[in-house]
Amino acid sequence: MMLDDFMTRAVLAGIGTGLAAAPAGCFVVWRRMAYFGDATAHAAILGVALSLALSLPVFAGALGVALAMAVTVTLLTGRGQAGDTLLGVMAHSALAFGLVGVSFLTDVRIDVMAYLFGDILAVSRGDLAVIWGGAALVLGLVGWRWSALLTATLSPDLARAAGIDPRQEQMILTLVLAVVVAVAIKVVGALLITALLIVPAAAARPFARTPEAMAGLAAVLAMGSAWAGLRASYALDTPAGPTIVCVLALCFAVASAVSGASRRA
Amino acid sequence: MTAPLVETRGLGVRMGGVQVLRDVDFAIAPGEIVTIVGPNGSGKSTLLRAILGSIRPSAGRIVRSAGLRLGHVPQRLVLDPTLPLTVTRFLGLPRRVSVARAREALDRAGLADLGGRQMADLSGGQFQRVLLARALLDAPNLLILDEATAGLDQPGAAAFYRRIEEVRARTGCAVLMVSHDLHVVMSASNRVVCLNGHICCEGAPEAVAGAPVYRALFGEGTQGALALYRHRHDHHHDHAVEAAE
Ligand SMILES: Nc1ncnc2c1ncn2[C@@H]1O[C@H](COP(=O)(O)OP(=O)(O)O)[C@@H](O)[C@H]1O
Ligand SMILES: [Mg+2]
Repeated sequence: MMLDDFMTRAVLAGIGTGLAAAPAGCFVVWRRMAYFGDATAHAAILGVALSLALSLPVFAGALGVALAMAVTVTLLTGRGQAGDTLLGVMAHSALAFGLVGVSFLTDVRIDVMAYLFGDILAVSRGDLAVIWGGAALVLGLVGWRWSALLTATLSPDLARAAGIDPRQEQMILTLVLAVVVAVAIKVVGALLITALLIVPAAAARPFARTPEAMAGLAAVLAMGSAWAGLRASYALDTPAGPTIVCVLALCFAVASAVSGASRRA
Repeated sequence: MTAPLVETRGLGVRMGGVQVLRDVDFAIAPGEIVTIVGPNGSGKSTLLRAILGSIRPSAGRIVRSAGLRLGHVPQRLVLDPTLPLTVTRFLGLPRRVSVARAREALDRAGLADLGGRQMADLSGGQFQRVLLARALLDAPNLLILDEATAGLDQPGAAAFYRRIEEVRARTGCAVLMVSHDLHVVMSASNRVVCLNGHICCEGAPEAVAGAPVYRALFGEGTQGALALYRHRHDHHHDHAVEAAE
């Protein structure tokens, strides 16, 4: 069967992750939550360490701790954008505590490296099921709440006037981002999850006239880059997660150059 | 008398440890035009946001009538440059509107051909008119405007308020606004509320303008502005600037 091929599984994992991360990432960009993404992703390392120590499923541990961090940060900062310093402190402390925690578990240290930088070539069928299940959940939530999320992003007061509770939408986005982190950690690793969230959105921005177009284009770029990055990493024998992010960064550079040139023309 | 659309009873609001509003008893009836005046930081926006439901009161309560439909034109709306948004798409937030309805709303606002324009590319006056057009899409019975003309020049502001009068005449909705523009306050309002953390005085525009507390807050200078206003009551400005925008 085709899923027996590790490369096929890796490509499917990359595409599923890109599909989930890109629309959620648009909200991260619009709401200026990049540090929020870092804090949540780094906290997931702590979750991975705990899971390995307690022999729990890694996805569950990563999701649980990422969610706890995301909710804490949301409650502390209101809209999830204020308090740059506080978010920076939490993002990096979570990472440091995770790594120190891991050092107590000498026999799993190697495994944790895989979650820092991603280990997409080791994705199992079970991982694939979790990744695509998570992606479906993310797309479902974002699609269901799309208009309300967008209105709340534009202005909490406008949302209120339209009968939308901006705090509820904020919490839904928080949940979505925690799921994206859990899905993406095996693919690109905790250190680069924020890149997977914001780079496709940033690259799509100059070509989009509506939020929907931006999210759609970002998803296409993220999926394409996952595929191209995996091919390149195989050919060049480079680490897969960072290679995918390099391809995304090139997309962003080209997009910026093209849009800059067309504006000057 | 008909039941009020919104009523606050003993409303108090604390923000960041500061008592911004206290003991505010306020009500607005269907079809009424009420203007809130007060110095900067006197809690005008806070009162509007409490009525919208954006702020939780620390004391008292807010009673909203069952059929209340709010339209809101905020004091300012800052669009993040990373968010692409056409005028038509903005009108359809949060509820999608048909192309025909969006076009009709823009025609009414005098913005017929701007549907495909990016919100970020609009002039100040166009932006405010789009905000108003969006607020009117749901046929509100209470329109709330917070210094909606703050960024506009005099003719622009006058044209904007004429639009609101038109809307009021056509739909009969109540209007609750914050304004620094005394001309507007005096000509358009049924009632003026003078706010400074609490309601200092309220009543018909002429009565409030003569009240000692009002004059203590705004100075005698406003009398001059009022006299000027009365003097030029039937004078019509030339609004070519706004039309040519
Ligand atoms: N989010 C907030 N946090 C703390 N204080 C606030 C907040 N919003 C407003 N305030 C304070 O409440 C007071 C009233 O503000 P506001 O209602 O905006 O005044 P106005 O609209 O009359 O100029 C001001 O002193 C302001 O500093
Ligand atoms: Mg204000």
